[in-house]
Amino acid sequence: MSTEAVEVQEKKSEPLFSKKNRKLISNPLDIDNPITVQILGVCSALAVTTQMKPAFVMSLGLTIVTASSNVVISMMRNSIPSRIRIIVQLAVVSLWVILVDQLLKAYVYDVSKQLSVFVGLIITNCIVMGRLEAYAMANKPWPSFLDGLGNGLGYGMILMTLAFFRELLGGGSLFGFKVFESLGVHYQGNGLMLLPAGACILLGLIIWIQRSINGYRESH
Amino acid sequence: MRQSNLYIVIYAGVLTIVCGGLLALAAEGLKEKQQFNIDMEQKKNILSTVIILEEGVDINALYSKRVKAFVVDFQGNVKEGMQPKDVNLAVEYKKPQDQRLLPVYEFRNETDSTKTEYVVLPVYGYGLWNNIWGFVALKSDLNTVQGVKFQHAGETPGLGARIETDEDVQDRYKGKTIYENGKLVSVTMMKGEGKDYSSNSHQVDGLSGATLTAKGVNNMLQDYFVAYENYMKKNKKN
Repeated sequence: MSTEAVEVQEKKSEPLFSKKNRKLISNPLDIDNPITVQILGVCSALAVTTQMKPAFVMSLGLTIVTASSNVVISMMRNSIPSRIRIIVQLAVVSLWVILVDQLLKAYVYDVSKQLSVFVGLIITNCIVMGRLEAYAMANKPWPSFLDGLGNGLGYGMILMTLAFFRELLGGGSLFGFKVFESLGVHYQGNGLMLLPAGACILLGLIIWIQRSINGYRESH
Repeated sequence: MRQSNLYIVIYAGVLTIVCGGLLALAAEGLKEKQQFNIDMEQKKNILSTVIILEEGVDINALYSKRVKAFVVDFQGNVKEGMQPKDVNLAVEYKKPQDQRLLPVYEFRNETDSTKTEYVVLPVYGYGLWNNIWGFVALKSDLNTVQGVKFQHAGETPGLGARIETDEDVQDRYKGKTIYENGKLVSVTMMKGEGKDYSSNSHQVDGLSGATLTAKGVNNMLQDYFVAYENYMKKNKKN
């Protein structure tokens, strides 16, 4: 939550990857992770992580949507009437989501069928709206882009970690590649890992590990 | 100025036009590619009812070599100049059976292309929540089921949706017959799950918790077998 209240003070000579801008990417990966610290976007994190492939495409989709909506909203920020700003944000997010959905249908059809409803649900993903309200509405396009990228990657990182364990333990494979079979080991898949409940337990463990490393405490 | 009503109305209007325009452009530009994927999936589904598709097989080549597609009417006569892609099943299935256009996909022998090995018939109906559809492959006796492939638009995930996702459910139809002593009886999915129906050639094990979807499947099969009956009578081998 540290980055959003502070408006990045732009100087004309500020390099593209100044320390502040690098933080925009690195913070969401760690101390300001949208899933494990802000607990946003958990629904989709539980739903699309039974296998690596859909999790990867979902992460990619969300990263693209967050980053590009952030840029567009940031460019429009001085013209948006504040009374309809949420609707404007939604319109821009929907535009990107539908574009991503159409592209998936055209180029990776089977993945788009697997993700089906979840791509559409990126529109309501709290991370996207959260970044627009908290960051892009008050900052210039370039830092907004980095902020969106960082948060997308932070989300994707957790999704991929979850999917890694779920697919490996639940189905004995990674990206569809049968790991245990190729090692010649018989592995009976753990059905719990394929259920949302298994994802919930795993996610809880990840949050625990991450918070204990960072020494993060909920403030009351 | 930024808060005036006029500004807001104009802003919203322009935004709508710009977003709408961009989306229309994208939809139009990607249409061909998406349609190709949909066709491809259809071919894959048709083929998968009769043979096991191996990874990396050239679906297009296999389909054009082995499958002959045409449209028949209720009397079983071939409609000249019509292709299955001209037929919209979602519209057709609501018509009375004797007015429907009925696509047929014949799966020919690999060497002798005049010999039909299997006949794949599309079926269409209504499940519990939304449309269900699929393909039924019959052996050349036009009685024994070689395989089925069901799809659905909105059945309950984990319950009714199993008609599509659970291959085991589709496998239950294999080897069942639709005629009994020359009379059409179709194949019925029973209520309840876990019973053994291997001795009964017209019944398959049901879906626990999805009796109404099963009912929809039964109606769909019955409905379309009746529609195809004249065609089947004409082309029966033995």
